[in-house]
Amino acid sequence: MTDLAPSDDLAALRQEIAAQLAASADLRAWDAVRVGVLGKSGRLTALLKGLGAVAPEARRERGAALNRLKAELEAAIESRRLALEAATLEARLAAERLDVTLPPRPHPPAGAEQGGIHPISRTMEELVAIFGAMGLRVAEGPDIEGDWYNFGALNIPEHHPARQDHDTFYLPADPDGRRPVLRTHTSPVQIRTMIAEPPPIRVIVPGRTYRADHDATHSPMFHQVEGLVIDRGITLGHLKGCLIDFLRAFFCISDLPVRFRASYFPFTEPSMEVDIGWNRRTGELGKGGDWLEILGSGMVHPRVLANCGIDPREWQGFAFGMGIERITMLKHGMPDLRPFYESDLRWLRHYAADPLSPPSLAEGV
Amino acid sequence: MKFSLSWLREHLETDAPLERITACLNGIGLEVEGVEDRGASLAAFRIARVVEARQHPNADRLRALTVEVGDGRLLSVVCGAPNARTGMMGVLALPGDFIPGTGITLKIGEIRGVKSEGMMLSAREMGLGDDHSGIVDLPAEAPLGESYVRWAGMDDPVVEISVTPNRGDALSVRGVARDLAAAGLGRLKPFAPEPVPAAFASPLQWGIADPRACQWVLGRALRGLRNGPSPKWLQDRLVAIGLRPINALVDVTNFFTYDLGRPLHVFDVRKVSGSVLTMRMAREGESLAALNGKTYTLTPEDGVIADAAGVEALGGIIGGEPSGCDEATTEAFIECALFDPVRIALSGRRHDIRTDARSRFERGIDPALMPVAIEAAAAMMIALCGGEASEVVGAGAEPDWRRSATLRFGRLASYGGAEVPPEEAVGILEGLGFAVQARDAARVTVAVPSWRNDVAAPGALAQAPGLPAERARAAAEGCAAIEPECDLVEEVLRIRGLDQVPPVSLPVASPVPPATLTPKQARSALARRVLAARGMQDCVSFGFLERRVAALFGDTPEALHLVNPIAADLDQMRPTPLASLLLAAGRNAARGYPDLALAELGGAWRDQSPEGQLLVAAGLRCGHTPRHWAEPARAMDAMDAKGDALAVLAALGVPMAAVSVTADAPGFYHPGRSGVVRQGPKTVLATFGEIHPRVLAALDLAGPAVGFEVFLDAIPEPKRRKRGAPDLPAFQPLRRDFAFLLDAAVPADSVLRAARGADRSLITEVVLFDRYAGERLPEGKVSLAIQVTLQPREATLTDAEIEAVAERVVAAVVKATGAVLRS
Repeated sequence: MTDLAPSDDLAALRQEIAAQLAASADLRAWDAVRVGVLGKSGRLTALLKGLGAVAPEARRERGAALNRLKAELEAAIESRRLALEAATLEARLAAERLDVTLPPRPHPPAGAEQGGIHPISRTMEELVAIFGAMGLRVAEGPDIEGDWYNFGALNIPEHHPARQDHDTFYLPADPDGRRPVLRTHTSPVQIRTMIAEPPPIRVIVPGRTYRADHDATHSPMFHQVEGLVIDRGITLGHLKGCLIDFLRAFFCISDLPVRFRASYFPFTEPSMEVDIGWNRRTGELGKGGDWLEILGSGMVHPRVLANCGIDPREWQGFAFGMGIERITMLKHGMPDLRPFYESDLRWLRHYAADPLSPPSLAEGV
Repeated sequence: MKFSLSWLREHLETDAPLERITACLNGIGLEVEGVEDRGASLAAFRIARVVEARQHPNADRLRALTVEVGDGRLLSVVCGAPNARTGMMGVLALPGDFIPGTGITLKIGEIRGVKSEGMMLSAREMGLGDDHSGIVDLPAEAPLGESYVRWAGMDDPVVEISVTPNRGDALSVRGVARDLAAAGLGRLKPFAPEPVPAAFASPLQWGIADPRACQWVLGRALRGLRNGPSPKWLQDRLVAIGLRPINALVDVTNFFTYDLGRPLHVFDVRKVSGSVLTMRMAREGESLAALNGKTYTLTPEDGVIADAAGVEALGGIIGGEPSGCDEATTEAFIECALFDPVRIALSGRRHDIRTDARSRFERGIDPALMPVAIEAAAAMMIALCGGEASEVVGAGAEPDWRRSATLRFGRLASYGGAEVPPEEAVGILEGLGFAVQARDAARVTVAVPSWRNDVAAPGALAQAPGLPAERARAAAEGCAAIEPECDLVEEVLRIRGLDQVPPVSLPVASPVPPATLTPKQARSALARRVLAARGMQDCVSFGFLERRVAALFGDTPEALHLVNPIAADLDQMRPTPLASLLLAAGRNAARGYPDLALAELGGAWRDQSPEGQLLVAAGLRCGHTPRHWAEPARAMDAMDAKGDALAVLAALGVPMAAVSVTADAPGFYHPGRSGVVRQGPKTVLATFGEIHPRVLAALDLAGPAVGFEVFLDAIPEPKRRKRGAPDLPAFQPLRRDFAFLLDAAVPADSVLRAARGADRSLITEVVLFDRYAGERLPEGKVSLAIQVTLQPREATLTDAEIEAVAERVVAAVVKATGAVLRS
């Protein structure tokens, strides 16, 4: 009985080739299978050639079945090749075994040059040294932050116009429907600190921050340092003193002109922007009649204190925030923001700080 | 917000020069973004008359002019303009004048034998446009000899300020003038427009169908109008601040938007269907053809103004084209409404419409100004277009905006740090429009003016959910008691100038400050230094990278996939800083620097929780060591990465004897050349190894590349213990070498451990000093040679004792590893 249905023989061929492929243990065996099916005198090739001999009424159906089978077999053959190649690589890797329990070499590998500390890391350490001397300690918090910590607690309700200035990155909502953000400033750590510990509080918060903005002067990730001082009897005068003391120490200019202008932030009141004197043309700090905005600050808004459970009748204080890249660029006369994050070896070597000389007030930062 | 100096002077009587005004604005929180003084570069040019224009005797295309500038002189000027003609009025530059359009300072010249003592200017030569087809042709009545910029109204500097979100009142020229007057720069002129008599009954009425759409609205009709272009003074005002004059009725609404901060709208009465304009929420699918030429499909969250035909305006944001006023309008209806700031902000954002009206309504506008503004607008429209006004019609009611606030004078010093005499403080508040309600020696209570919705503002707190009830209540009470006073302190200090507050250094709690860093923070700084000292460059890279790249290094959970990435290749929070370093290595290799050592202390993300955000010290070495006579170049290998990781751990106080290495490193490492450093069975301190060839191929890196991660959060805090007495035995140590032959699969570590354990009191150190595998040994075997240090404590060891220890060492190693002692 040779009266097969149009595709019974094809099903058999499919099974046979699948078995051959599975049995091919290396690329040579695999190639033999491939040639046997798809090669010039391969079995599928022969079937395709024989299509002309099929009765016209069955030819269309037969042709479609053959083309389906061809696509199927090609895919199976390719996937076997990938599997065999992967296995070959795995076998090679397995042979390349190293006893990782061996003690490492006694010295680091020789390098063309000494390594160095990134200017952002260096500035953060200088901030720690200066504010540390004023009795502020370092507090930290997560980069992925709850909406309430980043906005609500800081007196920036849902529809506040200030939110639009923040260009916030969002992450998918958690199972409770809360949509976390990449913190747009380091201020949420103020909130975490005030909730966690009773006043008096003196902290700085250096850290990564994120805003959806990317051009010559904005990076989607950048660094800020936040300061928070809460105590009895802290006034705006202390805020000014603290900032003037810091700026003069950081820029190593004992008579650096510092100017305070009224401004607005939802989380402080009164709010001030702070400028330093410089020469716009030469970029020299401390001289020349121009002013350069450098940071924002203010007395912590009573609502922010109350949101954290601190009674603003008893406790008051100030907060400030500034961009670490900005003060670093100014201090070292660096013209461009973008290379900070590009890890270009040449740039890193040029601007890196000596790892063996951490900043200290004894030497001057 | 822009305004011209002359416009400011309509509200502020002052003789302060521009520089003082801008300095003051900067100080009081109305930051000056820029000053545009269009006339400054044209100040020298005067209006002149061409007394006679003749053909130049020696040039076909030139004319010889005789020009007068009103000082009696007659000047000879050679001119190439085709439109120069006798009797024409134009603008003359004299020798020594700088011509802004050409950048040349004019000199007396002689052109083809005719003297030229000046230059008649084209618009392009003055920098006022592109027209260079001829010289400026002024009307015949232009005053001879007068400064051109003064006559043209261009001697009026325009100031642009940025207004913070709390100061809706400063989005008006009058509001700015009020602040400046309070700061001592002049006197705020009174503003009390005469009521316009009602001549007829309004053909349109207001209806408020939904209070969400509008709280309160006034309107009044005008009839008998002749609308057309507005007069020059009004056009000049608007053009100076960048607005396009349209027609008198519309220009008046724009004028008051800036002048008083009071957005208005005018409907053409004949284009309104029916007799009622209704404030309601839009219906699903309704649309508005707006005045900006765009059509908006509205949602039921948008408040609209509708007539019988449908929506005619998106309330508080933009009017509709079909019902707007044009030059044919003879009957108009003025809308003066109060909208909810939040609803305006949401609608404006939803449809991305930025208008002057929206920016004012979303900050909140002065409710008490509404009846006054509608009189002023009607008066100006009638003055410009003629006609008469109807009665004022309205719907809704004026909200209760009245609030008061109390300032204890002592708080200016105890909060603001400034000693301010009470008289001065009260004067400043009064200047800002606060009305004294009660005052004694210690305090003043003032009524908050209607335009200051930011002072003593109501609003719910957003207290932390987990606060103890008592603490939350006390804090909320304290805030309610103190916030209005803080608002007033801010007003007084702001207007007085924050530079007047004397700076005071922060008092130190103790002469020697407490530790600035927690032990963990100090460890991070140390790790960075250790790596840099080992020749690595400290890097800082973005916390997010391309999802495809992240996937090479582990899971890419959806929860860490940014909803709104700034670029497609910055969309996934990275699983390890090693990924960023490998990308950086690729960039450096492309620049010709394939050999490098990079490190980063940065974030690695597992999930959204604070605990799922790790601090990792990662390092990467690529390529080869440098060529050097004393030390041949070699490829980096996994042992280099292990050395880096262990160096960090050791520096951070992890006892090296307590760590073990297992071979189950993550999949982005070479499976046979990588390891995990553990302390105990659970705590993973670090991973290290060669980077998997598949990862290198996917990142198009040549390799070799080796890297490590140290999990800084996982390192236990080192215990601060006093060191015991040092071990200083009186006897010399002695050292014995052993060589073992064993299966290559046996970890070297097990040999060292076994040897060390053979005699805990005598053996103080075991060092692996040789490892050999090769043709002199059987296949699959390795030779390990160790040096064992024995430290006698009681007496010198006898040969027999040494022999006994050596046998114990051999026995222990043989038992633990199946090794054979080589002889």
